[in-house]
Amino acid sequence: MTNELLGIALIYGLAVLSAYPLGKLIAAVYAGRPNVMDWMAPLERLLYRIGGIDPHRRMNWKEHLTALLTLSGVWFVYGFILLQTQGSLPLNPDGNPSQTPDLAFNTVISFIVNCDLQHYSGESGLTYLTQTAVVMFFQFVSAAAGMAALAVLFNALQTQATDRPNNFYVYFVRSITRILLPLSLVLALILAFNGVPASFEGKDTVVTLEGDTVQVSRGPAAGMIAIKQLGTNGGGWFGVNSAHPLENPNFATNVAENVSILLIPMALVFALGFYLNRKKLALSIFLVMTVGFFAVLTPSLTAELKGNPAIASLGIGQPLGSMEGKEIRFGAAASAFWGISTTATSNGSVNAMHDSMTPLSGAMQLLDMMINAFYGGVGVGLLNYFIYLIIAVFISGLMVGRTPEFLGRKIEAREMKIASLVALLHPLLILAGTALASHLRVNAPQADWTVRPAGWLSNPGFHGFSQMLYEFTSSAANNGSGFEGLSDSNFFWNYTTGLVLILSRYLPIVGPIAIAGLLAGKKYVPESAGTLPTDNATFGLMTFAVIFILAALSFFPALALGPLAEYFSLP
Amino acid sequence: MTPSTSSSAKRVARPHRSSLFKAALRESFLKLNPALLIRNPVMFTVEIGTAVMLLVTVYIALSGETDQGTPGYNFAVTAVLLLTILFANFAEAIAEARGRAQAESLRKTRQETPAKVLPADGGFSPDQVRVTSSAQLRKDDLFLCETGDIIPSDGEIIEGLATIDESAITGESAPVIREAGGDRSSVTGGTKVLSDRIIVRVTTRPGESFLDKMIALVEGASRQKTPNEVALTILLAGFTLVFIIVCITLQPFAVYAGTPITVAALIALFVCLIPTTIGGLLSAIGIAGMDRALRANVIAKSGRAVETAGDVDTLLLDKTGTITIGNRKATRFYPAPGIAPVDLIRSAALSSLADETPEGKSIVELAGPEMTRELSTAGATLIRFTAETRSSGIDLPLNGSARPAGRPNGLRIRKGAVDAIRTLVRRANQTFPEETDAQAKAIAANGGTPLIVTENEQVMGVVELQDIIKPGIAERFERLRKMGVKTVMVTGDNPLTARFIAAKAGVDEFIAEAKPEDKMNYIRREQAGGKLVAMMGDGTNDAPALAQADVGVAMNSGTQAAREAGNMVDLDNDPTKLIEVVEIGKQLLITRGTLTTFSIANDVAKYFAIVPALFVASIPALQQLNLMRLHSPESAILSAVIFNALIIPMLIPLALRGVGYQPIGASALLRRNLFIYGLGGLAAPFVGIKLIDLIVGLLI
Repeated sequence: MTNELLGIALIYGLAVLSAYPLGKLIAAVYAGRPNVMDWMAPLERLLYRIGGIDPHRRMNWKEHLTALLTLSGVWFVYGFILLQTQGSLPLNPDGNPSQTPDLAFNTVISFIVNCDLQHYSGESGLTYLTQTAVVMFFQFVSAAAGMAALAVLFNALQTQATDRPNNFYVYFVRSITRILLPLSLVLALILAFNGVPASFEGKDTVVTLEGDTVQVSRGPAAGMIAIKQLGTNGGGWFGVNSAHPLENPNFATNVAENVSILLIPMALVFALGFYLNRKKLALSIFLVMTVGFFAVLTPSLTAELKGNPAIASLGIGQPLGSMEGKEIRFGAAASAFWGISTTATSNGSVNAMHDSMTPLSGAMQLLDMMINAFYGGVGVGLLNYFIYLIIAVFISGLMVGRTPEFLGRKIEAREMKIASLVALLHPLLILAGTALASHLRVNAPQADWTVRPAGWLSNPGFHGFSQMLYEFTSSAANNGSGFEGLSDSNFFWNYTTGLVLILSRYLPIVGPIAIAGLLAGKKYVPESAGTLPTDNATFGLMTFAVIFILAALSFFPALALGPLAEYFSLP
Repeated sequence: MTPSTSSSAKRVARPHRSSLFKAALRESFLKLNPALLIRNPVMFTVEIGTAVMLLVTVYIALSGETDQGTPGYNFAVTAVLLLTILFANFAEAIAEARGRAQAESLRKTRQETPAKVLPADGGFSPDQVRVTSSAQLRKDDLFLCETGDIIPSDGEIIEGLATIDESAITGESAPVIREAGGDRSSVTGGTKVLSDRIIVRVTTRPGESFLDKMIALVEGASRQKTPNEVALTILLAGFTLVFIIVCITLQPFAVYAGTPITVAALIALFVCLIPTTIGGLLSAIGIAGMDRALRANVIAKSGRAVETAGDVDTLLLDKTGTITIGNRKATRFYPAPGIAPVDLIRSAALSSLADETPEGKSIVELAGPEMTRELSTAGATLIRFTAETRSSGIDLPLNGSARPAGRPNGLRIRKGAVDAIRTLVRRANQTFPEETDAQAKAIAANGGTPLIVTENEQVMGVVELQDIIKPGIAERFERLRKMGVKTVMVTGDNPLTARFIAAKAGVDEFIAEAKPEDKMNYIRREQAGGKLVAMMGDGTNDAPALAQADVGVAMNSGTQAAREAGNMVDLDNDPTKLIEVVEIGKQLLITRGTLTTFSIANDVAKYFAIVPALFVASIPALQQLNLMRLHSPESAILSAVIFNALIIPMLIPLALRGVGYQPIGASALLRRNLFIYGLGGLAAPFVGIKLIDLIVGLLI
């Protein structure tokens, strides 16, 4: 067990150690300061010329958002067409069919919004063309879009006007050329050398030791798996994602992939400090996130290492912890750590089946996605955190008797209106979606659909409730992992989660950017002795309390009826 | 607020408590009117919940259905919900009643006062005076006030001088002098003329006087919400919406889990979760803040102004009267080289004989009766002090009786600050003796003010004036510094004197040798740097700066222009009142912030009371969440709503008094309030609900 814990300590340590210098680089990239990636500049200039973009044009917050939404619109049409025609397009050695409209809708949306909810299995549901030109392409651009949105926030939070780049397309292109592409290349090489396939050939035929002949799917997977982890996407090449031996062959690749999952979300927090030259603020945000991360990790880790009480009550020893649904090459601790890392960072990849984990782990993974800001998805995690921060600034500003202000700008009614709406959206989407599904399951079990509501759940009862809750939570958090056991590739789930995906991606980006834009337009108030410092432990505690109380109050009844009821019902 | 900051004026007597209480009780029911309640979204949703519960209760009583619990239980829940709204209404009503009583007792003095109106064209003969009621006065009307008259309206003296008793407004019994022209020309309605007669022009329309504005600020229905209050209301509405979502979606969840929830339980959960505590007290907190300002004898023209005061970064204070007591006194004469002391004393005394300023009087005093008895200024021309020349003096006629021997050509005597006199002397091609200059510097370095006296542009010597710093003022500036407010002393003194006094009084900065426009420039500069500036002023000179400042407090004794330009009027004319106003502004925000935190922290315990109670019948495992071991599901729900209702009246005194502000630094203050109201808010309901459950458990 000690070794297992050391294994996860190694992952966490490596992630933090590499995130710090990466954060410095990211800040330099967005601030237009000289950096080691400047040799990419000619390629970027070429891209701007092709796209007809003037990289020196300065944008206001509305223009930034227009750019983001325009890009997304173009991608939607492009992806939708390719997925619906993939069966008759080239690079389809396994002869997979085109997707149905509802599935194509869900798939395109889910990848554009950096969620990667997969209602299909990559081996049979996509072709090599769509895996690379749609899925992998979207994994790059959606991650870059999130990061660019965060760069907009960085720029708006400066206390003085500067001549740093302030163009969405510049942020977007540089995120890919200078951060995502080089990092992906490194990780893809590591993966490929460890046995992850990188081939355009179709299924391989293998004769097993028992003499059976099996068809093994493969493809140019290494590159996609790299960006899937680095860009907090999570959509795997194979259906079972990083639990698949060809997607995550050994403990070393598991370490490399898990570090990549945490890397950029952590680095962006440090980047905030370097960009704004407020390292103490970045550190305090990082510590709040870290405390939160370990607060959800600990119960999950403990529960998985202790084993399943239901099995223990049968008199069966579980020296390796609870191993149901886990890979023996990773073990209980690394699987629990992966589960919390991915749900924290809205990375939907899995290396074990969350559905099979103990109820407490399920509760913690759900809570992680309900909060969705402990490191969080690339770019968007910090944007989500910003909303909590604004609410914390407001309440604590009142508590010290001063009109609340953040980084020298006053938080007033308009900012609170936006922050309240964004904070409200997450519970609305999760709870309303789950309520609708619960209602249909009870009142229309035999509704005339291909998959009737009665057949949705593999385990009715508390666990079935958790499955529905998890599906909507994962969609609303733009996470993309599934509790599985839920028959989700059908009309109801494809459309409802697709809708949730769109709303939960764009409004939480629009909100913080709008707030930052409004704040940037206000008069800068220099700090005085009466100003509440937002970069110390006291304020960190306040933010933490706001995050936890908001999440707990919104989701406590739902968690009580799902995983908590299951947990308390265990022997 | 500490008692040490309260002003010396005695407060206006308050009506008896029980009459306030009764009026507020009646108001609480009138405020149930949904059209009024909709201004408060949190309590409005509680009212809707109550109405639904009422229908359910009636339905159960009539139909005899048993799914929803007994009629008695449902009735109990309905009654407690109604009580919750009434408590919230009462909080607002009692705050209003107190504020209104305070304002009314001020207003009573000014109603139905006879006014002696004069024709507008001027002919001021007594037979043209027409007597009407004060309510009939219009702006720009002229009226006459003679000895014994109550002044019928706010206005400006255009002719005459009078001693006036302002105790009805300020509580200060010593009469004050008001006269036409200059900085002390305005009078307040309700005050009494003790001697002489004045002609006054009405400056406000009826219903627009400062008091009327203030009364509007303490009336819940017409009160304009302040910006911070609007933002908080939005946040609270956001919380309310989240809990609407939580409660509505809980119903299908519960049906899925096989435990349908009763309407009573669902509404009880909802009302417990939404921030009713702060929602119910929010309006009362705002009104009480205005009331506190009024009780400090400050009339604010808007709630916003009081709130802004809490944010002030820079405070401009006049030295005289604020930092030092009254005025400087002459303490010593230093003759210039070659001038006999007696000549200097005579010149100084001559120039001051007709000088009514306290400094002038003190020079005459210091010169002594022997010297001054033989002097006369008959036929002399008095040269008044102006901000431009910054000197004053006297011109004696060629053959005047006061002509001293050996000086046949008349005399021009001037006294003024070193630099002003130096200019004067240089212009006359005279020399300014170095010894005198050194002496002046020595005086200034000791905190004194050197006053140079010249006769026909020849320097006679220096008069030393000394300032006396108010006791306790340094502590107050220290308190301001801890609040993050920078204090700036404005003075006409030279930089040396100013520095000495600034250091001794503990102000952070000073503007020396200040001309009227310096104040304005300083304010503009600070504001350009994003600072909020407050200042206090009384003269017409101050009006532009008062208007430019974010918080401008005009003294009631000041000119009409100053009072119009500021956004507050201080009835006590107490220059340190700004400190009190800043604290009132901060208290307002702190009270809202802490009660919001308390209200939301309470929800955690309420969840642990109600959620297990909702589901324990069909999911026995959830009994483990019943941390308080409450008696039964019904008693748990009732206890939670009762606690939720009772906490409102229990916090009314705190809401009216305001949560204390302590200048211990923002982080320390946040830590302290988070500990008391955050942690306290988490813990209190666990204890409270358990206690109520013990009692309720006995009854059902």
